[in-house]
Amino acid sequence: MSIAGEESNLSEHKPPAQQEKADTHAESLAKMLLRPARGRLLDAILLPVLAVFTALVIGAIVILVTDLDVLNLWRHFFSAPGKALAASWKTIASAYGAMFKGSIGDPAEFGKAIAALRATGDTAPLRQAFWPITESLVTSVPYIFGGLAVALGFRCGLFNIGVEGQIFIGALASVFVGYSVKGLPMYIHLPLAFLAGAVAAGLWGAVPGFLKAKTGAHEVINTIMMNYIAFRLSDWLLNGPMKRPGYVPISPAIQESAWLPKFFPAPIRLHAGLFVALIIAGLVYWLLFKTTVGFEIRSVGANPDAARYAGISVTRNFVLAMFLSGALAGMAGANEVLGVNHNLASAFSSGYGFDSIALALLGKSHPVGVVLAAFLFGTLRSGATRMQSLAGIPIDIISILQSLVIIFIAAPAIIRWIYRIRLAREGAETVLTRGWGQ
Amino acid sequence: MAPVLELRGITKAFPGVLANDHIDLKLEEGEILALLGENGAGKTTLMNILYGLYQPDAGEIFVRGKKAEIHQPNDAIRLGIGMVHQHFMLVPVFTVAENVMLGVESIHNGIFLDRRKAADRIREISDQYKLEVDPDSYVKDLPVGVQQRVEIIKVLYRKADILILDEPTAVLTPQEVEELFKIINSLREQGKSIIFITHKLKEVMANADRITVLRQGKTVGTTTPAEATLEKLAQMMVGREVELVVEKKPATPGEVVLQVEDLHVVDRRGNLAVRGVSFDVRAGEILGVAGVQGNGQTELVRALTGLARAETGRIRISGTDVTKASPRKILEQGVAHVPEDRQKDGLVLSYPVHDCLVLNTYYLPPFAKGLSLQSSEIVKAAADRACQFDIRTPNIYAATSTLSGGNQQKAIVAREFSRPIKLLIASQPTRGLDVGSIEYIHRRIAQKRDEGCAVLLVSPELDEILALSDRIAVMYRGQFMAILPAAEATRQRLGLLMAGVRVEDTLAAAEKAAVEENPAL
Repeated sequence: MSIAGEESNLSEHKPPAQQEKADTHAESLAKMLLRPARGRLLDAILLPVLAVFTALVIGAIVILVTDLDVLNLWRHFFSAPGKALAASWKTIASAYGAMFKGSIGDPAEFGKAIAALRATGDTAPLRQAFWPITESLVTSVPYIFGGLAVALGFRCGLFNIGVEGQIFIGALASVFVGYSVKGLPMYIHLPLAFLAGAVAAGLWGAVPGFLKAKTGAHEVINTIMMNYIAFRLSDWLLNGPMKRPGYVPISPAIQESAWLPKFFPAPIRLHAGLFVALIIAGLVYWLLFKTTVGFEIRSVGANPDAARYAGISVTRNFVLAMFLSGALAGMAGANEVLGVNHNLASAFSSGYGFDSIALALLGKSHPVGVVLAAFLFGTLRSGATRMQSLAGIPIDIISILQSLVIIFIAAPAIIRWIYRIRLAREGAETVLTRGWGQ
Repeated sequence: MAPVLELRGITKAFPGVLANDHIDLKLEEGEILALLGENGAGKTTLMNILYGLYQPDAGEIFVRGKKAEIHQPNDAIRLGIGMVHQHFMLVPVFTVAENVMLGVESIHNGIFLDRRKAADRIREISDQYKLEVDPDSYVKDLPVGVQQRVEIIKVLYRKADILILDEPTAVLTPQEVEELFKIINSLREQGKSIIFITHKLKEVMANADRITVLRQGKTVGTTTPAEATLEKLAQMMVGREVELVVEKKPATPGEVVLQVEDLHVVDRRGNLAVRGVSFDVRAGEILGVAGVQGNGQTELVRALTGLARAETGRIRISGTDVTKASPRKILEQGVAHVPEDRQKDGLVLSYPVHDCLVLNTYYLPPFAKGLSLQSSEIVKAAADRACQFDIRTPNIYAATSTLSGGNQQKAIVAREFSRPIKLLIASQPTRGLDVGSIEYIHRRIAQKRDEGCAVLLVSPELDEILALSDRIAVMYRGQFMAILPAAEATRQRLGLLMAGVRVEDTLAAAEKAAVEENPAL
């Protein structure tokens, strides 16, 4: 069935506005096709950037308030204001400085490393200098997968809180294929192990999707419950069937043929997972915005009634979106065991799945936004460790920063109010999830 | 004496649109002023400025001769201006009294709500203005017409004497409309001044004291029902001559396209809403289904389009059984559906216009090749349709939500009419639309019929049914009371059938009575 051609029958009945001249039709056609100026891009970037900036400012205040020495100096602010201000500046500078050095690198070290390279040809100092930023990238990779998982769910109107559990399922399946299958060449073993994680977690994620489609059970409840099942399942497996000999609940190491390749010698851990993640992000973008599958998913998410009216199966898309979302989460797990750990220990994910919800919101459920948000979260997380060791600032400050960022993203009115930004258009705000009543 | 309300040179621009362009308006004490204009003419913007929801870019407002600064609704309320919105602002799970006192709660002993005091005042108000309503009933249990009364009471409770009613009749049944105008008249008799916004010409002619017409953000003129005619008003509103009667050729019905036998459908609450309906629609004819809303029309259409399951009965389209078919299967049989609720079912409001124009054809060539959407084809076809169907939008990339109601409806019509179809199911195709759009959509429907399409038109508006239909079925409590040829359908006869009275029954009863009285006959 084709739909072109039918228009010609109707064209004789043009509205009066176009009956005057033949060329006005061409003109109005051209006008219809004129793309508006891209003011939206700025809109989309400005708020998240300001949200992060504001969170850093408030984070600085929190750092000061929790530092007793600085606080004491502020008590004598009126007798010695200079001291209080100087100490505050020093504390904040050292905290955020350490975070910067821990996540991006120390500019001084880059200089020294280059000098060393020139003098002796030794690359070790250079690797040392680049180590922090590559660590940030390594941490960002599971965030990319996790963020894509949540974002894809959001696009279908589904709130997948089960990413954390799906990461575990993905990791379990990948690690199992990784250590139990032997003697395969890498180009078969690695993809097999990676896909095993994706498919297993996809099926795990599809269960709440199926339940929602068939019975209307809310996916928020069921994905949370499935998380607990996944955690306990992995505990049991790692203490029993999948336990390596010894006392520690940890799986056997995977075969080297299932390792995601690394590009540089130690200590740099950056592996091919980063490129896989970026390719997958591109694929998700293509799927969502350039294919009929994505059109259906987005239609169901934006207006399920209209989707049904248009002949799209709402229930089928619920299951499909939850499968894909779960599969993306599973890739995060696969990536960690195949690229970083090469085995699976209990509690290995430490909250990637839950942070992913936040960063999908930050990235406005758009693959590009998710990738950028993932780099931010990866950087914060890997910088926090250094901040703790160098400046003595508790690592928890990062949780506070992340939470503040999310609050500002969820309530953009706060940021608008602080920076006096007018809403560009009525209704420009995107709503990511629908309420409980749906 | 100064007018109770005067607007001078009100101007308001939104990005890309001049919504109000130096509008002047006067409201005298104790009059009903109709603010008439097409959708998008700037009526609602103007009233929102008056109520303090928007700030004008230029212009002045005078209340009782004094210049007024209205920055927020509270300022308007203080000046005695009250607004009844088109979409009610009520809390469904609260009682009438609770809703009315919301925001201006009466309190006793410091913290307790004084519901009785509120209820007493509500009774006073409803006695005074003949606004019958029980203060203790829950809003969710009330019919739409009564909910609107609650909104009016809310305004009166806040001691308003200038009332603005935004499209008050859009959601009401004909009977409720009559009731409403009785109320409005009684309000006027007691000294209130009223502005009602509408695009329905007949209401204006019957009820307004003066009429101010807006077009594209400008005041076109002010007239009175005595001076104006329907045609003249329509012309002022649209800016050109409007044909109020649809011209169409005599029907030439062909083969049966839609065949429905003994159809039973349940509604969402599980009650039987369609109870044994049978009918045919032939190619090249329009079958109108008249009836007061809520008599099973919605469920009938949902079953025909695959959105609801038929309990029993059979639906055939050109001989193919589609009783249990999916919406897509039915769509692919060549069925176009203009849904009753365009925003809920017909459009994805957050989508750009071009995506809404291919909402049900996105997967077919040339719009898709395999999995891949062909966006250049989609955009090209969309621009073409937007021009052809005169969809007023800055461009096809604009979000559908930014279009006016009439243009959203045109987008649906454009989408449905641009496919090869043999059956058109149009449910309230002109609900809430202005004269220009109604004329346009009616002409398009008649044109489809003339091209040999079978048309099922469902509408509670008798005018619409009478203007278009070749045959008219009247639906009452889930059944067809009768199917009449259009020539035999008078407004009166249809009205009786809509109320569940069969003319044949009354004639037969009269005859029987006559026979009994006079057995010699």
